[in-house]
Amino acid sequence: MLHFSEDHEWILLEEDGTATIGITEFAQQQLGDLVYIELPEVDDEIEQGDDICVIESVKSASDLIAPVCGTVIEVNEDLEDSPELINDSAMSHWILKVKLKDPSQLKDLMDEQAYQECIEEA
Amino acid sequence: MSENLLFTPFYRLHELAGAKFVPFAGFSMPIQYELGIKKEHLHTREKAGLFDVSHMGQVRLTGKNVKQELEKLVPVDILDLPLMKQRYALFTNEQGGVLDDLMVTNVGDEELFLVVNAACKEADVAYLKAKLTDCEVTLFEDKALLALQGAKAREVMAKLSPEAARMTFMEASNLTLSGIKCFVTCSGYTGEDGYEISVDNDDAERLAKVLLDFSDVEWIGLGARDSLRLEAGLCLYGHELSAEISPVEAGIRWAISKARRADGIRAGGYQGADIIMKQMNEGTAFKKLAFIAQGKAPVRDGSILVDEHNQEIGVVTSGGYSPSLSVPIALGRVETSYSESNIFALVRNKKIAMKVVKLPFVKQKYYRGV
Repeated sequence: MLHFSEDHEWILLEEDGTATIGITEFAQQQLGDLVYIELPEVDDEIEQGDDICVIESVKSASDLIAPVCGTVIEVNEDLEDSPELINDSAMSHWILKVKLKDPSQLKDLMDEQAYQECIEEA
Repeated sequence: MSENLLFTPFYRLHELAGAKFVPFAGFSMPIQYELGIKKEHLHTREKAGLFDVSHMGQVRLTGKNVKQELEKLVPVDILDLPLMKQRYALFTNEQGGVLDDLMVTNVGDEELFLVVNAACKEADVAYLKAKLTDCEVTLFEDKALLALQGAKAREVMAKLSPEAARMTFMEASNLTLSGIKCFVTCSGYTGEDGYEISVDNDDAERLAKVLLDFSDVEWIGLGARDSLRLEAGLCLYGHELSAEISPVEAGIRWAISKARRADGIRAGGYQGADIIMKQMNEGTAFKKLAFIAQGKAPVRDGSILVDEHNQEIGVVTSGGYSPSLSVPIALGRVETSYSESNIFALVRNKKIAMKVVKLPFVKQKYYRGV
């Protein structure tokens, strides 16, 4: 099931209890042309609200905020060479996968409809 | 935030072109359009970019001895600036720092036309009025300014005016473009061949539409304007130049005219001349360096520069990603006494090796005639 955070991330809950995380199309548009992503390390423990990753566009650097707690189990290394993949299609290029510490945290996140309303308000 | 912002006469066209606006020097200005900064940047290098720079100050300076008078404020030869020629200049302060950088055009025996930075224009006008009491200083409120820059800029202008096609770098001309009276200079801030076009506000939108009708011309925002000027190695006021940074430290000795140097025919005679001439003779404690950052992370303005022992030796004054070279590039202000071979930038507590390179990052393509 697909969830969304207020920080414009998408979080896909996989059947094995891991979460795949990326940024939304809205976030991609706001950031503009991406030139660099500083990915977290595999095995990093992340806490909800932590800055876990730096996304640099031509104009500025932005932090990716952890939407959940857990352990990083995989990062999308393709993005190291080609961060612009996210500009091409933000929803189909994940950034990291996390083994969730507390899957109930996903309840705090929005579903797609709520997220659409959230960005329309913004 | 937005209630008191000013709008240029092109605001409606920017909106139609899908601009994202940012507040800049009191104006709501387009930072980028639908293409995005990277593509806008490359479009300008390959074709032609149209920039709204109407936020900048356009100033008329008149008076019987206007050229002698302006020389009191700039280390530049204004007396021998030929008619309808433009020159880069700096208002220096008593400490040898810079109050603003500007373009000066000789438009008549007793008249000069200045273009000054948007953020400085009110202060510049007040300064000119205070210092040049025998001159009349007028800030044009009824004129817009467009820049057309890039590989195809000359081809586009040639279709509107054969005279524009013949203009060489830093030349000025009163031209009629598609029936619209314009004051055109062959100059810009991208390193490309190109033009700056001053036009009455009432004609501004019509002129922009004429230019945008050419398939090679696209609106380009302030985001790409900055990456283009950085690749061209040009100083940005408030970054490479400031009230605390002299032109000698900023590596633009060329901007100090021969006539105004210690051995020149009108040596000194401007604010801070003693300090600037001393610096030209003896060197400075700081200098400007150009870098390519090793790795992929952009190194931005304000990043601290250190040597191999983590000793702080300077700061990045402008930094970002170069769309033309696909590497992070930067300008920095560095203590002169340190080796150039071991400089690192601190970015998020990581040390990034900075390779010193020669300016410009991307070759300038000014047209100086055949």
